[in-house]
Amino acid sequence: MRRHIEPFWWALFSAGGTLAAFFFPVLIILTGIAIPLGWIESPGYEKLSVLIHNLPIRIFIFSLISLSLFHWAHRFRFTLYDGLQLKHLQGLIAVLCYGSAFAGTIMAGYILIMISIH
Amino acid sequence: MPEIHNYIKYHPRWHRTPIPVFWWLRKLVYIKFILRELTSVAVASFAVVLLFQVRALIQGPQAYTEFTRLLATPVSVILHSIALILLLFHSITWFSLAPKALVVRFGKWRISDRVIIGANLFAWIFISLVISWLTVSM
Repeated sequence: MRRHIEPFWWALFSAGGTLAAFFFPVLIILTGIAIPLGWIESPGYEKLSVLIHNLPIRIFIFSLISLSLFHWAHRFRFTLYDGLQLKHLQGLIAVLCYGSAFAGTIMAGYILIMISIH
Repeated sequence: MPEIHNYIKYHPRWHRTPIPVFWWLRKLVYIKFILRELTSVAVASFAVVLLFQVRALIQGPQAYTEFTRLLATPVSVILHSIALILLLFHSITWFSLAPKALVVRFGKWRISDRVIIGANLFAWIFISLVISWLTVSM
């Protein structure tokens, strides 16, 4: 059973890693550094609000959040196994990692579905 | 008189050299490996930041202003800068491993690793510029 599910986790890890590699550096520079420091002006609440009501954008943000969380879950799981030699806690670590990613996915899904109701 | 058996305690021994917990601090390549794996923490953290940003956005203008104020604190900017370094490390290591996962063949001819890495880096820069431009001109 466990054997069969590994490729599935790996696919999520890989998809999330690719999305994060392409989109995260620019997004973190804009939202976390350049806009807060006033290097560039924020598009503002109104425009961002309109943007986020766009369905393809919402689906994209959802994938970005969910898949990058699964990327973390998979990678961090093996870092704990190997780095800290916690192989004996395998089950617990897997549940915690993928569980957190699931929780984040559900939150993201909930928030992004709520927008359409607003 | 019952015989007393003196058993010699015997347990098969495995040859396992104990590995210290911080084995990965021994060599630069190991440190780089662990650092590469730990970039995933920055990836997840920023995903959570995005999540909260979207939440603030649907909660209304006031919640959003509060959130942007939080982003402008020195602690936030420092944390984001550290995360940026890790995210850049993630992108670069990810693209340099891309040819291992992505093998493109045309008949017998295989696209070289360099071309795949180059195409990825080009796409990365292109996407980053487009998003920056869209943000500035919005």
